[in-house]
Amino acid sequence: MEHAISLFVRSIFADNMIFAFFLGMCSYLAVSKDVKTSLGLGIAVVFVETITLPVNYLLQIYVLDPLGLGYLSFILFIAVIAAIVQLVEMIVEKFSPSLYAALGIFLPLIAVNCAIMGASLFMQQRVQLDPENVKAIANIGDAFAYAVGSGLGWLLAIVALAGIREKMEYNDVPKPLQGIGITFITVGLMAMAFMCFSGLNI
Amino acid sequence: MALSQKTKEAFLGPLNVNNPVLVQILGICSALAVTVQLKPALVMGISVTIIVAMSNVVVSLIRNTIPTRIRIIIQLVVVAALVTIVSEVLKAFAYDVAMQLSVYLGLIITNCILMGRLEAFAMTNSVKDSFMDGLGNGFGYAWILVVVAFVRELLGSGKLMGYQIIPQSLYDAGYENCGMMLMPAMALILVGCIIWVHRALNDKEEKK
Repeated sequence: MEHAISLFVRSIFADNMIFAFFLGMCSYLAVSKDVKTSLGLGIAVVFVETITLPVNYLLQIYVLDPLGLGYLSFILFIAVIAAIVQLVEMIVEKFSPSLYAALGIFLPLIAVNCAIMGASLFMQQRVQLDPENVKAIANIGDAFAYAVGSGLGWLLAIVALAGIREKMEYNDVPKPLQGIGITFITVGLMAMAFMCFSGLNI
Repeated sequence: MALSQKTKEAFLGPLNVNNPVLVQILGICSALAVTVQLKPALVMGISVTIIVAMSNVVVSLIRNTIPTRIRIIIQLVVVAALVTIVSEVLKAFAYDVAMQLSVYLGLIITNCILMGRLEAFAMTNSVKDSFMDGLGNGFGYAWILVVVAFVRELLGSGKLMGYQIIPQSLYDAGYENCGMMLMPAMALILVGCIIWVHRALNDKEEKK
């Protein structure tokens, strides 16, 4: 249990998907213009991550490893993610139209969000680690904690950037640097700030 | 073989004016993560070029038979199959580089350049044009990687391709490697600066 909590906190701060691994950067930069939309996308990412990662974990442990099919993992993982995104989209549309209206446009985008695929690939590396290692994913509970944590880390990062960008509207940025250029530099500075979490231990 | 205007455009556009990284802001994830050293960046650039070109060709070949509703899944499977081949080849012939690239090799699947080009170009264009478009975008991506990696490796560890470039006498005279360059944050700032220079130059050309 302690291990799962530590994994959860680390994956939000020290191993943040954006600031430590640059995963999900494309949609991160494209959809961070205002806080409200970025919050919607962030919640959708947490949602999909929480479902896909434990599923991929179970597949890795009970299907790929015993059969020695490790090399098929890319195709299997991406198929699982794409299929689950489609399923989630249909279920949400049926049972909660208001949530669908809020998340709708983002859900298909998430299938190609590197943060989702990346978390599954990191999971694949981490199951092979020694269980004593702080980064190891030893059981389904750990996989779940890691999934929620990395999703929340992504949510935190995109909402923070959107907040900064909203403020920055009023600033006088050199013309060629406007828009995407200054966003890169902002993210760079944010990443430096997040580096101070790298020594975090619980 | 004379190339038509359109084919030429498909190849040359992405190198500068329509660069996938600098202008379309696609495929940033891996562009930043693998650029601590020049060698993995080079391998990554070549792998992406091959995969974009090949997947463009495959999708362009079957574009008329793909049902629209599930086209994203089909595109993903085509790309995933190609990435698996490339990663197995790299593991066999360049094991240490493959280990350095680790998950980023698998993440070529979700590289937005691929999906972007497949959706925007290969689904509607002929096989030859799609191939050239793939090559152009791959090279456009690769040269950014090489430039960023060149700066980061030279200033961060004084080496290029793993060979010491900055002579020992400079270190003796008090020169120090800039450790900051090895941090992920600097990659972002460097790309930001490249975008700055690129935009400033292109704006000037437009004004003429």
